[in-house]
Amino acid sequence: MFGLHFGPVFARSDALVYGFWLTLQLSASAIVLGSLVGLSAAAVRNMGPRPLRWLVQTYVEIIRNTPFLVQLYIIFFGLPSLGFKINAIEAGILAMTINLGAYSTEIFRAGIESVHRSQIEAGQALALTRLQVFRHIVLVPAVARVWPSLVSQFILIMLTSSVCSFISVEELSGASYTIQSETFQSFEVYIVAGLVYLALALVLKMAFAALGMRLFSRRRIKPIALHLPEMQP
Amino acid sequence: MIRNFGPSEILFLIESARWTLLLTFLAAAFGACGGLAVALARVAQTRAIRNFATGYIAVVQGIPVLILLFLSYYGLSRAGFNLPPIVAASISLAIYASGYLGDIWQGAIQSVPVQQWEASASLALTRPQQYRTVILPQAVRIALPPTVGFLVQLVKNTSIVSIVSVVELARAGQLVNNATFQPFPVFITVAAIYFVICFPLSLASRSLEMKFNAYRGG
Amino acid sequence: MPIVVVDNLRKSFGPLEVLKGVSLTVERGQVVALLGRSGSGKSTLLRCLNGLETIDSGRIEIAGHKMDYAPRPLRELRKDVGIVFQSFNLFPHLTAAENVMLAPRLAMKIARPAARQLAEEMLAKVGLADKLDAHPDQLSGGQQQRVAIARSLAMQPKVMLFDEVTSALDPELTGEVLNVMAALAADGMTMLLVTHEMGFARNVATTSVFMHGGLIHESGPPATMFAAPRTPEFQQFIGQSLK
Ligand SMILES: Nc1ncnc2c1ncn2[C@@H]1O[C@H](COP(=O)(O)OP(=O)(O)OP(=O)(O)O)[C@@H](O)[C@H]1O
Ligand SMILES: [Mg+2]
Repeated sequence: MFGLHFGPVFARSDALVYGFWLTLQLSASAIVLGSLVGLSAAAVRNMGPRPLRWLVQTYVEIIRNTPFLVQLYIIFFGLPSLGFKINAIEAGILAMTINLGAYSTEIFRAGIESVHRSQIEAGQALALTRLQVFRHIVLVPAVARVWPSLVSQFILIMLTSSVCSFISVEELSGASYTIQSETFQSFEVYIVAGLVYLALALVLKMAFAALGMRLFSRRRIKPIALHLPEMQP
Repeated sequence: MIRNFGPSEILFLIESARWTLLLTFLAAAFGACGGLAVALARVAQTRAIRNFATGYIAVVQGIPVLILLFLSYYGLSRAGFNLPPIVAASISLAIYASGYLGDIWQGAIQSVPVQQWEASASLALTRPQQYRTVILPQAVRIALPPTVGFLVQLVKNTSIVSIVSVVELARAGQLVNNATFQPFPVFITVAAIYFVICFPLSLASRSLEMKFNAYRGG
Repeated sequence: MPIVVVDNLRKSFGPLEVLKGVSLTVERGQVVALLGRSGSGKSTLLRCLNGLETIDSGRIEIAGHKMDYAPRPLRELRKDVGIVFQSFNLFPHLTAAENVMLAPRLAMKIARPAARQLAEEMLAKVGLADKLDAHPDQLSGGQQQRVAIARSLAMQPKVMLFDEVTSALDPELTGEVLNVMAALAADGMTMLLVTHEMGFARNVATTSVFMHGGLIHESGPPATMFAAPRTPEFQQFIGQSLK
């Protein structure tokens, strides 16, 4: 009924493929780095000195209560004005890392707090150090229990990478924008882009679920239901 | 001419937050209607309806808000509706909200114990009566904290419609930055205004959650 | 020289003074049964003995260590003092063997193959040589508790503390755990145990200690204590326990 013409869009599939590749790279970097930030922050929140705990909580609240777009602007436009040189892709990865870091802090924290005190006491009674208790007794059950929430968050940060097109990163959305301005097949481009995002979201979900099975099912830990409001930055 | 980032710019930013709030309100209102429909469809007795609702949620949650925005913006204009950007923006945000609210509310409806259905059915209530008098009042209590929490996401995501030239808070920040070339103070101010809107909602969501847990525990 | 010395130990939780000046000495190889009503402070005393609770005043010396709550000396003390809990507290993500190997590897720096061999020995000792690779949720309560005992034994402690280790078990499973403990006692292990198993206290313990009102109310060899209670409180206690 709309008279759709996908021809001109597919003629620019090179740009789409490159954009898709960039989306993958942004997402993968943010997922790896953001998880590390979140895990460290959650550990600090759990057993660090009081001022540091407070600092972590402030970080989490600030990030969770401001839009990703504004965080991205502060990093991309604000940092250079303070003398830190940063390109658009670096700014995107940094913003996504900081963003996912805050959300995953809360998720990891819920996992850590789900490990019963008696487990920690049993570890202490076996002459383990605090760090050993965290690493060997708390960590695996904590992550296993919140894995489903963590995976949802990974997918959300992948979708959020689209906002990096605002600072002209040519990821999937940015590439789509360029193609629509060249071909004027705007609706068609975004249908294709939407389908690619959807497919990527589903594939990531399945891949992470499989990874979770591999990592944790042998460990026999069941996930817990978290009452965390689902998010999108 | 480069302007300084002064009180009148700050005032402009604060005023533009009205549009952020209006967008949030419209999206929440229309999204709530859609979300309720999706939630009820998800627990409908007809399998095809349930599958459709499941698919709808998967699609909305699997596509970035930005793409949803462009799809409604260009899709509507291709269909012959030449709507002002703010309407297209509200529609796309409402679609986004309906996908998440539908999911949250379906969970809430299903967490009402099955005995409640059985008990109300044994009182010879029709299905709509069961919903109205027994199930939904309980589901609302369960759904309230995550719903308020989702409003925070909605407020933040209104920033994305700045790309179609709706001068809400994020777009206003860009304009002020273009005029003053002081990105750091400008965007920190913008972030602070968002924070002032979102943080109370986050706190409310959390305290509702706590109240609800206390209720469930006792 | 005694292996455990507790001198005038006091411990409060907020306004509640649970231990009001407990003094106790235990010689090497003794098996001490701690008896007393619920809430009389038996668990608190055991937890103080391996530093899981800090004390308000008094003195504790155990297995050659003065109680010191700095992390390093506390770990040194805990290497020599094992504790087994009522609720097993096995690590659910590790197999039986991994549970037993963990502390030797991390605290004693024993290499993995040697630790594995140690785990095999310890699990054989508690009759679980065939359950090395089972996860805790695949084991019965009695088996889990025996793994927990093996886990403590793997540190080759000089003193073992047991806090109602059979209370969470079905009656038909308590026997297998008590047998393991009796064998340990016969091996010469110094043990302090809280128990509601009066038969075990009478037959295996070398000393019984009755706690009441935050103090040690009565103590002595179980045979004489049970045959002729000196205080009405203990008399009443065994009267209730035997019912
Ligand atoms: N961490 C704590 N905080 C506050 N009060 C505590 C704590 N641990 C124990 N208590 C209190 O101290 C008292 C003694 O507790 P304890 O567990 O030592 O008793 P018990 O003799 O082991 O009893 P039971 O036979 O029931 O195990 C109880 O009144 C208990 O409520
Ligand atoms: Mg006790």
